[in-house]
Amino acid sequence: MGQITLKGVRKAFGDVEVIPPLDLEINDGEFVVFVGPSGCGKSTLLRLIAGLEDVSGGEIEINGQPSAELPPAKRGLAMVFQSYALYPHMSVRKNIAFPLKMAKLDQAAAKEKVDNAARILNLTDYLDRRPGQLSGGQRQRVAIGRAIVREPAAFLFDEPLSNLDAALRVNMRLEISELHQKLKTTMVYVTHDQVEAMTMADKIVVLQAGRIEQVGSPLELYRTPRNKFVAGFIGSPKMNFIEGDEAAKYGADSIGIRPEHIEVSTTEGAWKGTVGVSEHLGSDTFLHVDTEYGLINVRGGGEIGLHAGDTVFLTPDLSQLHKFDAQGQAI
Amino acid sequence: MARKISNRRRVIMSVIAWALAFVIFFPILWTIILSFKTEGNAIKAPWDVLTSSWTFDSYHVVQERSNYFRHFMNSVVISFGSTLLALVIAIPSAWAMAFVPGKRTKDVLMWMLSTKMMPAVGVLVPIYLMFRDWGLLDTRTGLVIVLCLMNLPIVIWMLFTYFKEIPKDILEAARMDGATLGGEILYVLTPMAVPGIASTLLLNVILAWNEAFWTLNLTAAKAAPLTAFIAAYSSPEGLFYAKLSAASTLAIAPILILGWFSQKQLVRGLTFGAVK
Ligand SMILES: Nc1ncnc2c1ncn2[C@@H]1O[C@H](COP(=O)(O)OP(=O)(O)O)[C@@H](O)[C@H]1O
Ligand SMILES: [Mg+2]
Repeated sequence: MGQITLKGVRKAFGDVEVIPPLDLEINDGEFVVFVGPSGCGKSTLLRLIAGLEDVSGGEIEINGQPSAELPPAKRGLAMVFQSYALYPHMSVRKNIAFPLKMAKLDQAAAKEKVDNAARILNLTDYLDRRPGQLSGGQRQRVAIGRAIVREPAAFLFDEPLSNLDAALRVNMRLEISELHQKLKTTMVYVTHDQVEAMTMADKIVVLQAGRIEQVGSPLELYRTPRNKFVAGFIGSPKMNFIEGDEAAKYGADSIGIRPEHIEVSTTEGAWKGTVGVSEHLGSDTFLHVDTEYGLINVRGGGEIGLHAGDTVFLTPDLSQLHKFDAQGQAI
Repeated sequence: MARKISNRRRVIMSVIAWALAFVIFFPILWTIILSFKTEGNAIKAPWDVLTSSWTFDSYHVVQERSNYFRHFMNSVVISFGSTLLALVIAIPSAWAMAFVPGKRTKDVLMWMLSTKMMPAVGVLVPIYLMFRDWGLLDTRTGLVIVLCLMNLPIVIWMLFTYFKEIPKDILEAARMDGATLGGEILYVLTPMAVPGIASTLLLNVILAWNEAFWTLNLTAAKAAPLTAFIAAYSSPEGLFYAKLSAASTLAIAPILILGWFSQKQLVRGLTFGAVK
């Protein structure tokens, strides 16, 4: 069981309120991703749940139990740190076994659990090495192994992949998703990378300045962002925004349209512009088109025959058009 | 690109470095030389000293007149005892200041350092009187306590600097893994800080070994360490140069040997944190 409920949770460091009162429900078995720009309070929120920081107000319940009096280890949660935070003076085996040693589990049972975790994570051949002798991906797996052996009610991940190179990141992303499917344990995952959020989450929590902007499944956030911030944050490349008279035509203060929801034509369309940079990826082509409303990104087919300097006409798919009021809220 | 250093420059630099090292080492070298001369030869002009004959006389006299071994044991007990006691107190203190700093932590650290700037003689009388009343005069226990207190600020500062370099994440991971505060310090912090703790230990053993003010003022005979052993050979009259040198050589030899074999550790300790 791994259900976590945040009720009016607030956190201030001195006079600075980093997290204004916030409510959130994390269900058992869910993969929840906290996503938001750097410094928005994601780590702080995770550390509050972990018990590494004390709340300044409100209540965190784990499986219905108030947790205020519980030290980190008693909450039944395991954390994987961005820096891996392995014990450099211990072998991989000792690192993974450390929580079991602290729990005074007998040696035979501990060994079995460590071997099991090592098998799941492909670490069997590395058990006698020190963390310093491992690659970044292997270290990350050791950190996960140390979390697995505790059989926690929930895993907490704080940007676990941001120290890995791009290719490895994609691999580890998959591995963590697979692990979730295998263990079916609640996972709370913090990242600033919306691609990770979109690909891994059951439920995404978008944060800005400690506030929850929106909670929903990846597709909900993609299709119906509640405000301009979420609209701009979720989706890659970013949504285009147009303000002023053109937006007023649609009865909004500003409108947003995703690059993939714009039709390109060389003959006719709503907005006229000139192709600037065009990025050919093979499968897609990203065009940066200069229009009188500003720069608009368009995603065209891979074989599109357009180049810098060409005149094009853009037509938004009206069913996919997002409208926002002066406060940036979706209409 | 690595900077190129011409051979000539390297030679000049080496010569300068060796010359400086020789100047710094010279007093010790001269002491050792004098200890192998007769009293009469020891006070001659430098060149005559060097060319005069060599002898073990001074060592024999020193050996007969006083008990080197007892002084040596006192020095060992006092320097290691005070350092170990200081470590036991300083490790938790430095942990607290490095990992759960409060608003006043910086002030506390500065205050501790400032006590080292006070001349020791300023508190000699009160400490002497307290020691007299508590029966600690001329005891090893008394010296262990007083030298521990004297070096505690340095020990805490050094450990604090090492602990600062240890990532907080790792201690938090230990906390998540169920380590108690004691477990966290014992299984994670201390093993990670072993190099730092070792250099702190070495440096403070050396400082305590060489400490002469308190050891001379608070001991008479029973607890007197090697510093008192040397001092016994200085006298206002008569010829004592060679015997004093022999006593000094005997007193510094153990710590020189210890320092020689641990110089890597010491240099690392003293420059720790300068280069990350
Ligand atoms: N221990 C602390 N003391 C003071 N301010 C802190 C502390 N930890 C975090 N903060 C501040 O809280 C804000 C949120 O930080 P953090 O949760 O680390 O953001 P994120 O993980 O989203 O990048 C930042 O402005 C940061 O400076
Ligand atoms: Mg963070």
